Amino acid sequence: MNAPPSQDPELLRRLLRAKDRIDAASHEEWPVERLARISRVSEAHFARSFKDAFGLPPHRYLLTRRIERAKSLLRDTDVPITDIAFQTGWNSMGTFGRTFRDITGESPGDLRAREQAAKHALEQVPHCYVSAAYRPNLNIAVSEKRRQDEDGKNEATKKEVP
Amino acid sequence: MSQGVGVVGLYVRDQEEALQFYVGKLGFRVHTDAKNGDYRWLTVQHPEQPSFQLGLYTPGPPMLDAATAQTLREIVAKGAMPPLVLVVEDCRVAYEQMRARGVEFTQEPVSRYGSVDASFRDPSGNGWKMIEARGAK
Repeated sequence: MNAPPSQDPELLRRLLRAKDRIDAASHEEWPVERLARISRVSEAHFARSFKDAFGLPPHRYLLTRRIERAKSLLRDTDVPITDIAFQTGWNSMGTFGRTFRDITGESPGDLRAREQAAKHALEQVPHCYVSAAYRPNLNIAVSEKRRQDEDGKNEATKKEVP
Repeated sequence: MSQGVGVVGLYVRDQEEALQFYVGKLGFRVHTDAKNGDYRWLTVQHPEQPSFQLGLYTPGPPMLDAATAQTLREIVAKGAMPPLVLVVEDCRVAYEQMRARGVEFTQEPVSRYGSVDASFRDPSGNGWKMIEARGAK
């Protein structure tokens, strides 16, 4: 594949504005004319320039962003799949499912099941770690160990969650 | 503080425009503005952060050849430079003030992860995340 041609930075900055608008509201409809207006270029010029700048045609970029959002909702919430489809901008479950499989290689339901299984596996890690941490270690005095535990607790409550 | 990072620089498409933005719209102050021929060393500073300077530089000679400078201008305009973070006391108040001054926001304030954050870009395309300081209010 050839490297994309050098592009005018002023044009790129205006194309970035259109991309930012998609990012901010990927559930909305983004016909090329709407995007071209934001970038202040013709529709034909927009589609071509956008692809050269960001590596994907604008419509494809929009679908990718929607699928990304759907993935995180599937992973992090219990929102039903139909609701996720409509929240992320699809009008039909068929199109959503097809596009989802096309981009991620699996169905929304399979992804949710896999991610949630993985989450449960992860929850085992702290448990093992905690077991190991609490295994009696008798090379220090019990009073000293208790003091360290107290400090550890205080430390944990003080610590900010990132 | 006598040791640490003193200056981190951004590439901008136009130093005068960047100066108007960072000083006029964000409320930074000029720290150093020194010209040497075509070269201009320009740094600004947050009023509450005297030990740190933000450099505003244009890619070009004598540091860079024309082709490299062009590539960098394209990368900046595509928003592909690393993200920057501005910490503020009150994200929603700062958002209203900055928007009134014409700052281009790419995300309105959102409450999440125990804080409030918004996003904006400078005129060149550099992306900033604006985050409310934890425990500020």
